[in-house]
Amino acid sequence: MQTKGFWPAGVMVILLLAAVPGISRGITVPDTVTLNSQSKLYKPFDFNHAKHIQIMRECSYCHHHTTGTLVQDPNCIRCHRNSSKTKIVSCRGCHLADPFSAAAIKENNPKNYHNDTPSLKAAMHRNCIDCHEKMKGPSGCQDCHQRTKEGDAFYNSGEFVPRNKPAKGGHSGH
Amino acid sequence: MKRRDFLKGCLISGAAASLGPPSKSWAVGSFEGYPDAMGVLVDTTRCIGCRSCEAACNKEQNLPEPQLPFDDTSVFEEKRRTTENAYTVVNRYETKDGQKPSYRKMQCNHCNEPACLTSCFVNAYTKTKEGAVIYNGKVCVGCRTCMVACPFNIPAYSYSSAFGPVIKKCVLCYHTRLKFGRPPACVEICPREALTFGLRKDLIKIGHERIRATPDRYFDHIYGENELGGTSWLYLSRVPAEQIGLDETVGNEPIISNVKEFLGMVPMVLTIWPALFTGFHLLATRNKEHGDDHHNHSEQEDGKK
Repeated sequence: MQTKGFWPAGVMVILLLAAVPGISRGITVPDTVTLNSQSKLYKPFDFNHAKHIQIMRECSYCHHHTTGTLVQDPNCIRCHRNSSKTKIVSCRGCHLADPFSAAAIKENNPKNYHNDTPSLKAAMHRNCIDCHEKMKGPSGCQDCHQRTKEGDAFYNSGEFVPRNKPAKGGHSGH
Repeated sequence: MKRRDFLKGCLISGAAASLGPPSKSWAVGSFEGYPDAMGVLVDTTRCIGCRSCEAACNKEQNLPEPQLPFDDTSVFEEKRRTTENAYTVVNRYETKDGQKPSYRKMQCNHCNEPACLTSCFVNAYTKTKEGAVIYNGKVCVGCRTCMVACPFNIPAYSYSSAFGPVIKKCVLCYHTRLKFGRPPACVEICPREALTFGLRKDLIKIGHERIRATPDRYFDHIYGENELGGTSWLYLSRVPAEQIGLDETVGNEPIISNVKEFLGMVPMVLTIWPALFTGFHLLATRNKEHGDDHHNHSEQEDGKK
């Protein structure tokens, strides 16, 4: 009864964009970036940056106003019409790993415009999955990252598939 | 003024005061929610139905093993509700706009003025200043009044327990996380941040800002901002809330408002009325010995007028 890791299931904790040094003005574009290195439920994997550059040919689709040609989004160009490229272009440079910590919530300055910046994990899963669905790319959880044994236990899947008989008081309809 | 007129006047004005609509000052003040209450903004346009929140809840709350794996999507075939074994469930809704289906996570909405709390006669429920509606299973007598009172059908009952059945529901991870300033387990696991944790007042602003910035993406309404006096869990969606199984007929008044005015009257009836009517009785019977004479005399006087 196990669904072989198509798009249901999720991801755990902090993906880290490794590499991408801050001095990217010197143009050191990595060919691969190791993602998900902090997760316990899914294994780390190498994101093929070079292949995505080939397909997309436009950096700003993922990197917003930090690199590539200027953003076109009418909402962004109100401020970033003439923004120059920034020193920091890595995802984790702006997207927090832990946006809901007490400190992060307290720091929330209502005068800042970007008060609703998604976490690093959310930035990846929203940008990647939305684009993959649009471009008919793979969009299942394990299409990108394989689940660990701990992950199987977490989702009661794989070798941890429930063997109990339908018990009383379980999932029932209305 | 004659004593009879005075008594009549007293009675009429007293009756009018008690039967007419009570003034605002009598009624119990309404509660807008704690100023630093936390909440969760559910953006159903981001949810992909991965059910990770269900798995996280199951592990965090040490709930029993599920019948099916948490990555099994066959559960979406039917509309599930919360049970003693699952404090949160995700349901799938086919919407009328013909686009891909919407998913909505369901759990306790942690009302500002919870009906469960109001209805509980052993005071098992507490609304904490962090916004969570928690309950004390040790004092719960299992009467299930809160299950009837809850407008969202959330509290579940441990029918499986033969000797100590109690109410079971989401507590916003109060004891393990919220108390220490950490987000609930479901929020932390959500891969697409369909669940945003923060101060309730900030979340309302964020929600309206998302609608303003991307109006094509949202139906212009935050469910839970005003419904039933406001809830800690707030919902954004592409379609009207009723299409994703949220009841839009609940109104904006907390459940307690239906009984608040009546209950506000009870102390008055219990304290003032006995004294008032005892006084009337004493006045009326003070001269009972020569009551008949007096009665006739008074009638004559009336006739003279």
